[in-house]
Amino acid sequence: MEAASLPAGPAVRGARLKSIVGTYGLIAVLLALPVYFAVFDLVNDGNLTRIGNNLVDGISNGAIWALVAIGYTLVYGIVELINFAHGEVFMIGSFTAAGLFASFGLTKDTSAIVLAVALLAIIVICMFASGILNTMIERVGYRPLRGAPKLAPLITAVGFSFILQNVGLLWRGGSPESIVDLISSQNPLFTLAGINITNGDLLSIFVTVPLLLLMTAFIGRSRLGKAMRATAQDPEAARLMGINVDTTISFTFLLGGMLAGAAGMIYALYQTTIWYFQGFTAGLIAFTAAVMGGIGNIKGAVLGGFIIGFIQQISDNRDELFGFFPLGSAWTPAIVFAYLILIMTFKPSGLLGEQTRDAG
Amino acid sequence: MTATEQPAAQRPEPAAGGRRFALPPWWEKALFPIIIGVGAAFPFFFDSGGTVMGTAVLALAYTVMALGLNIIVGFAGLLDLGFVAFFAIGAYVMGWFGSLFFATINGEKGIHILVTGRAAELPGIHMNFLLILVAAVIFTTIAGMLIGLPTLRLRGDYIAIVTLAFGEIIGRVAINGDELKLFGQPLTAGRQGITPVDKIDLPFLEPFKSLNLTPWFYVALAMVAFALFVNLRLRESRLGRAWIALREDEVAAVSMGVPAVRTKLLAYGTGAAFGGMAGAFLGSFNNTVNADQFQFFFSILILGMVILGGLGSIWGVVLGAIVLTTINFYLIPDVFNTIPGRVGLDFDTTQITFAIYGFLLVIMMIMRPEGLIPERRRKQELHEAEETDSVIAARA
Repeated sequence: MEAASLPAGPAVRGARLKSIVGTYGLIAVLLALPVYFAVFDLVNDGNLTRIGNNLVDGISNGAIWALVAIGYTLVYGIVELINFAHGEVFMIGSFTAAGLFASFGLTKDTSAIVLAVALLAIIVICMFASGILNTMIERVGYRPLRGAPKLAPLITAVGFSFILQNVGLLWRGGSPESIVDLISSQNPLFTLAGINITNGDLLSIFVTVPLLLLMTAFIGRSRLGKAMRATAQDPEAARLMGINVDTTISFTFLLGGMLAGAAGMIYALYQTTIWYFQGFTAGLIAFTAAVMGGIGNIKGAVLGGFIIGFIQQISDNRDELFGFFPLGSAWTPAIVFAYLILIMTFKPSGLLGEQTRDAG
Repeated sequence: MTATEQPAAQRPEPAAGGRRFALPPWWEKALFPIIIGVGAAFPFFFDSGGTVMGTAVLALAYTVMALGLNIIVGFAGLLDLGFVAFFAIGAYVMGWFGSLFFATINGEKGIHILVTGRAAELPGIHMNFLLILVAAVIFTTIAGMLIGLPTLRLRGDYIAIVTLAFGEIIGRVAINGDELKLFGQPLTAGRQGITPVDKIDLPFLEPFKSLNLTPWFYVALAMVAFALFVNLRLRESRLGRAWIALREDEVAAVSMGVPAVRTKLLAYGTGAAFGGMAGAFLGSFNNTVNADQFQFFFSILILGMVILGGLGSIWGVVLGAIVLTTINFYLIPDVFNTIPGRVGLDFDTTQITFAIYGFLLVIMMIMRPEGLIPERRRKQELHEAEETDSVIAARA
């Protein structure tokens, strides 16, 4: 932004060139894996069905990551803090959902209309549970430390993440738990050119897209949304303009937490397996998505979520890369983190982001 | 010492945290022999095979780790959440070069370098512990610098995430390393673990026994003494001052001629080297190098030690390491374990270890962010915000 107001000297041109190279380099790195396997499939199978299935699964998984990633991006945009406990807020959303499935007495035989109404009620409860939890964490852990060196709230965030993990551990035990598969999530609904669209895929898209649209509209149109954007831009100036910065920040955490809660419920329905550690991995994956898109940028977070979801599916369902490097679900986290490091090294501002102070 | 201390002494102390009493300037130099002396006397009072002794050895090894992390986080201000990577690399160096792991090497006869006793007849690579220490230091220093490279342009939270990602990748490689074949050999033994691992074998001494912990204790104490010495000397050195300058204000430090890249990489490298040393020691002491040891929790445990004691404060970190190891390996599993059960709760304290550390981190950051024994500069920095706030409030 500062560069734009300066006359375009050689230094600025150099910086612009570097930024263009960085962006396209990043896109090339991101495309490398899908393109490689698309060619691989074409050569071996003669069609693109396999990669197409990966893409569909990746988008429905990515929708969940996108919802979580928005929480990171909103909070980072406004207080420049990586809310480490966000993944655990997502996990608590899943656990609340699983608990409510049982207490509502939902089974696979529940009629479709009752199920739809009950799930709608449950998603609202999950959203508020996670949202309020996130707001409380902000109130207790981050607000007293506003103005302290940035190390301090980051460490409290890690602390809260641990506390919540332990809550999950005591709540539902230490190993992954299968819960009732209410929507038969892996059942193919229809097949399109050999690509299976499952119930889970549909659910994830049908819940995520309206939520994303609602939220974009809210931030773009409403008074509070305007206050959020103003605070993100300059908290001091916002305060001078009569915006209650503390309330706005609390509200941002509420919004982020609510999206994480919704994501948690979709995750529980889609994966039908939950455990206390899911939040840690999900948090890191979603954070990677947020950084990939450009932290602070909501569209970027969504885009990043889909890309990460796709990469994850590819890695989950393939055996090896270039004939020697093993892939598979055991390696997926390592692949995602490798992407995170690559982005951080070469293009810390992400695909759509502007330069931030931290990312240099 | 005097060069850095004098300007601070002349400056008026901040109003909020005025010092109540002043220790003579040589107290810190005196503390070093006193602490090592007290440590050396410790084994005479406890059973050489008991739990207390075992915890004490662990406490010393973790002190070395914490002193290493203190260089990265405390001195240089680079928040490293992936310190477990160095533990893992150090431990694997021990596992590779001091066990039956590479059983087929050299026609199943094994390679032996300066080892005595039973290890000298077994297949696999067996090297003298001192050589392994050197190897661990070299491996971890290189790893530390490699991990440092991508973070050079980043600040604050981003460094934390990148280091965390590295730690997780190393953890993944440890778990799945039995699939990774180099020259037909797997890289790690995954969750099964490399076991047994050679006992420490020092020149002129019998190989150590797992039931007599006193020699282990003295080796660990010697490592602590070495780490303390290096830390104390580094802090007063040109490099140490450069670290602190970078931590306080990177732009100012760079414009005063501090080479940011080299200084930061040296911080990562030095800190990692201590992690590797302690890791190799723990690999031998635990008698297994198991992928399940290398989890994020470990990084937080070590970070907790540094924070509890006081970021950047050498003596604080020593205290923090001893306190947290005692809590983690003695109080939680042995002493307090049944208390929640007795008051009618259906879990024991080992199950709430995470929450205990979580609370500790949160409480410390909110109540006393400078730690138990604060470093003076850090304390000022951490309370600066409160002062400016109160000044603004007073004016309003």
